[in-house]
Amino acid sequence: MVTLTGRAGIWLVVLFLAILAVAAAADTGFAVHMTIVALAAAIGLFVTLSRTDYAALARGALHAPDASRYDDDPIRWGVIATVFWGMAGFAAGLFIALQLAYPVLNLGFEYTTFGRLRPLHTSAVIFAFGGNALIATSFYVVQRTCRARLAFPGLARFVFWGYQLFIVLAATGYLLGITQGKEYAEPEWYVDLWLTVVWVAYLAVFVGTLVKRTEPHIYVANWFYLSFILTVAMLHLVNNVNLPVSLLGSRSIAVWAGVQGALIQWWYGHNAVGFFLTAGFLAMMYYFVPKQAERPIYSYRLSIIHFWALIFLYIWAGPHHLHYTALPDWAQTLGMVFSVMLWMPSWGGMINGLMTLNGAWDKVRTDPIIRMFVMSLAFYGMSTFEGPMMSVKTVNALSHYTDWTIGHVHSGALGWNGMVTFATLYYLVPRLWNRQRLYSLRMVNWHFWLATTGIVFYAAAMWVAGITQGLMWREYGADGYLVNSFAETVAALHPMYLLRAFGGLLYLAGAVVMTVNVWKTIAGSPLRREAPMTDTPYDAAQDRPLVPAVAAE
Amino acid sequence: MSAPTTYELLRHLADSWGLLAMTLIFLGLCAWPFRPGARSANEMAARMILADDDLRDVEFGGTDNG
Repeated sequence: MVTLTGRAGIWLVVLFLAILAVAAAADTGFAVHMTIVALAAAIGLFVTLSRTDYAALARGALHAPDASRYDDDPIRWGVIATVFWGMAGFAAGLFIALQLAYPVLNLGFEYTTFGRLRPLHTSAVIFAFGGNALIATSFYVVQRTCRARLAFPGLARFVFWGYQLFIVLAATGYLLGITQGKEYAEPEWYVDLWLTVVWVAYLAVFVGTLVKRTEPHIYVANWFYLSFILTVAMLHLVNNVNLPVSLLGSRSIAVWAGVQGALIQWWYGHNAVGFFLTAGFLAMMYYFVPKQAERPIYSYRLSIIHFWALIFLYIWAGPHHLHYTALPDWAQTLGMVFSVMLWMPSWGGMINGLMTLNGAWDKVRTDPIIRMFVMSLAFYGMSTFEGPMMSVKTVNALSHYTDWTIGHVHSGALGWNGMVTFATLYYLVPRLWNRQRLYSLRMVNWHFWLATTGIVFYAAAMWVAGITQGLMWREYGADGYLVNSFAETVAALHPMYLLRAFGGLLYLAGAVVMTVNVWKTIAGSPLRREAPMTDTPYDAAQDRPLVPAVAAE
Repeated sequence: MSAPTTYELLRHLADSWGLLAMTLIFLGLCAWPFRPGARSANEMAARMILADDDLRDVEFGGTDNG
């Protein structure tokens, strides 16, 4: 147990070192980042000193937490952070979609160009929205399935706040132009090191809770969470082996160069999809779908096969991002073959989730949260079919570098990750804040339809745009020259970009409805007066015995 | 060992014994839940999360929400 003085002393040292780093910084970006660190330390110091119950400390009475309750505070913060970062990320996405349609929206500042806002959008939705959802739900699920309180409660709080600091450093870095230039691994060396510290703490809390469990069996959702934590740690460490140019500067040089660097980047990038966006969210699916449906998972055996098949196959699929490049041909084929094989376990998992509703399909009609889970599984199935298909070299020759890829990513991210997270938030909020139920179920229904329609607009527009692009790029005339200039292909896509932005607007509108609903539920507003989702079908005229007609003669 | 020899060695290991070992481990792990007597364990594991959430009930072994 760290004492009050020790805790305050640590904050003071961090504050002091950060101020020194600002003064000695080799470039402006590093100075700005160290200012943010100094601010964080100052806030930490202030909270430590002002929140302490000195009277209790003087009496020697330590305020012990209620050991008969789960440790849910970091989960409540995580739910709020998920909603907040989700809104930020979706809004940024809509803005950059409009930038593609109307370049004037780049606004003429380097900080607001598409190139800098795009990683802000991707990291905000994947790591800030998705990451907070994963950390919060993993803490929720591991406690419930282990029947034990979180191990190392102080460390769990550090994980939450440390992860928020990572997000702020990453996001501000993108705007300032601090980047490694690696997709989904943009943060520079010192932010990477900070994330490593946070992630090790996360692993310690998760494994510590598994170790002190009172249930003999470790439920399968925890297998998925653990594989997500371990694999992301491994990927992050290997892909970010960089040498800083200066220990007080924001630039670094990658150790891996050329095609080796490209392969490691896409080994990282695809497994970020495989273990962050798939394994982690499947963990949510394996706990929250059975809980919301109040039925056990369709087949526990299938979930175990699903788990091992994902672990053994996903890790090899990365090279499909490098078809027709300098990567050896056998490695490209290997990536393609493993991607195609992945289709089977993915659909196994989808069937496992959907068939959990076997015998209770009426819940899709009556329970909008279940409907959201079902739609998320449907999108999991669709995007894990589309992905293997696009990894086939001949298909990839048409689809690669086109908007088809963007459409594919968004059908997975908006459809699968987004929907499963929204449904989980709707499950969690009334339980975590001890409310009778959500403020409004009708609003969940609105969110469902707005999001679904938004995805349809988005994905359909990007299919058409991608195939148009692919065909226009490869069109040769009779004289052997390319028929279309690049600018002509861009002009041809303009209507599709508008439709895509409209889809994004609908999706964002759905998220706004969710934010209001979650806000009102947490605030404890009286439940919304609304028509129930189902009425009791009853026809009084029909509900009577058949009287034999008297012959009227 | 020179780089090309290391590459050759690892390359051959990967598509022979390495591949075989990985395949066997994978098949073994997939077969594990199908071992005799695993049915009830799987059934219990699947239903475990639907038992009561309340930490306090564990000591008394009850599923009654008290």
